[in-house]
Amino acid sequence: MIPFNLTSALAIYRREMARAFRTAFQSLIAPVLTTALYFVVFGSVIGTRMEPVGGVPYGAFIIPGLVMLTMLGETTSNASFGIYMPRFTGTIYELLSAPVGVAETLAGFVGAAMTKGLILAAIILLTARLFVDYTIADPLLAVIYIMLVAAAFALFGFILGIWADSFEKLGIIPVLVLTPLTFLGGTFYSIRDLPAPWDRIALANPIAFLVSGLRHAFYGTADVPFALSLGLTLGFLLACVIVIAVIFRTGWRLRE
Amino acid sequence: MAVSDPILSIRGLAKTYRGGTRALDGVDLDIRRGEIFALLGPNGAGKTTLIGAVCGLVRPSAGSIHAFGLDLARDWRAARARIGLVPQELATDMFETVWRAVSYSQGLFGRRRDPERLEAILKALSLWDKKDAQIRALSGGMKRRVLIAKALAHEPDLLFLDEPTAGVDVELRKGMWEQIAALKQRGVTIILTTHYIEEAELMADRVGIIRGGRILMVDDKEAMMERLGTTEAVIDLAAPLAAMPAALGRFHLELSPDRTRLVYRGGTGAGGGRAEVARLTQALVQAGIAYVSLDIRDSSLEDIFVDLLGREEAA
Repeated sequence: MIPFNLTSALAIYRREMARAFRTAFQSLIAPVLTTALYFVVFGSVIGTRMEPVGGVPYGAFIIPGLVMLTMLGETTSNASFGIYMPRFTGTIYELLSAPVGVAETLAGFVGAAMTKGLILAAIILLTARLFVDYTIADPLLAVIYIMLVAAAFALFGFILGIWADSFEKLGIIPVLVLTPLTFLGGTFYSIRDLPAPWDRIALANPIAFLVSGLRHAFYGTADVPFALSLGLTLGFLLACVIVIAVIFRTGWRLRE
Repeated sequence: MAVSDPILSIRGLAKTYRGGTRALDGVDLDIRRGEIFALLGPNGAGKTTLIGAVCGLVRPSAGSIHAFGLDLARDWRAARARIGLVPQELATDMFETVWRAVSYSQGLFGRRRDPERLEAILKALSLWDKKDAQIRALSGGMKRRVLIAKALAHEPDLLFLDEPTAGVDVELRKGMWEQIAALKQRGVTIILTTHYIEEAELMADRVGIIRGGRILMVDDKEAMMERLGTTEAVIDLAAPLAAMPAALGRFHLELSPDRTRLVYRGGTGAGGGRAEVARLTQALVQAGIAYVSLDIRDSSLEDIFVDLLGREEAA
């Protein structure tokens, strides 16, 4: 039997969820406001003058990208803070002295991140509904894909929070890497519509695959085959799990 | 110094930090079930590293640790579920309430929710009326008690207290000692480090002295005081003595340079010295030497500690 302390993992999960609700304004209200602003500007004002993209009205077209935009940033920051703060304040001693290993820690942290990702996506989609009409072609696939991406970026944020040794470094990746890549990853346009050679260069951006993957679940149209998006997401998830397992094994930045 | 059926057994434990500092240098230590063990040592002696190695905060460079007969390198999950740690630093989740913080600790260490148990712990630590307060709003002494409550939430059999009364005022320190005594009553084995040697003298069953990452000595507190302790008596004479009378030759005596004071040093800290001083006063009377005052003092654990470290330094 694989040793696993379910009670411990649940304790971590509950605590992470409680942390999100304690900072509800930052984690939940702020995304609503940001999304609403995007829809006012791009959906209602500019969107009405735009051609449909791949048969999807522009206002609806940008929804998956906006979900991705907010979710990647939020999930990464939230998870990175979740592990960085205990390191910073010293409360990490409790986690390190507890009967939990990488399995319980990740189950708790990542499970909470997936839940939060779904809640966040639901809030964005409901907000979007106020501005544009849309129907999701494959809701189940969308839910699964959102959970996968949330899990992957929670793990990524976890690594970031262990790597960072200052608040500045903690903020750098979401702001300087994730947001620009999401903007350039086809949130507001189809990368197939880009002039050569930019349509190919854009494919070097992994986030383009994520946006495309979610758009496939929403509308059945995508810039790249869905299998590629799914494969990349799973590959990234697996890579993060391996990195974290190594971190726990070696104690890097956790145990002296 | 092997102990039969120890609750904690450490062998050849070494830790060299990156950068080359050797914090632990081959520590062997056995802890008896149910005792209070005080680990004494100056700053940087390796006390916190030793605790960290047992509790999973520090990865040992060499050596083995067994707790409850479990090898910590292998069965750490089972072992850690029965170990509690109160760290030296006041590291708390400031925005949590006391109640949530202790509930989290209970779950994290694999215990099912048990509000009654938590209530009992908080009441015993006089934190019950603060259970819904955010930890940041509490005083330093209360924060330390929150840390103790968190460490007790899973009812550990082995509890580490790293400087439990550092920065705690006298009144609270006494309360803390009562708490520690009550835990011992319940069968919890306690290992504490402290700067207050008075604390070790008052609480501990056994004392270990650590310095430079090595255990210099481990012994029962009484045995240590008996073996290393001394009695000192200062006798002020009514008139200066020309020379030390032959009748007093069998005592460990010194005559002060102004010849008005006799200083006795000898015996053990466990009463032998006092008996000898009584015989000395009789000898003084028989020899017709009058004295005006007599002051007797047994050396404390602190004297022993300072003396031992001083000798180590000289060696």
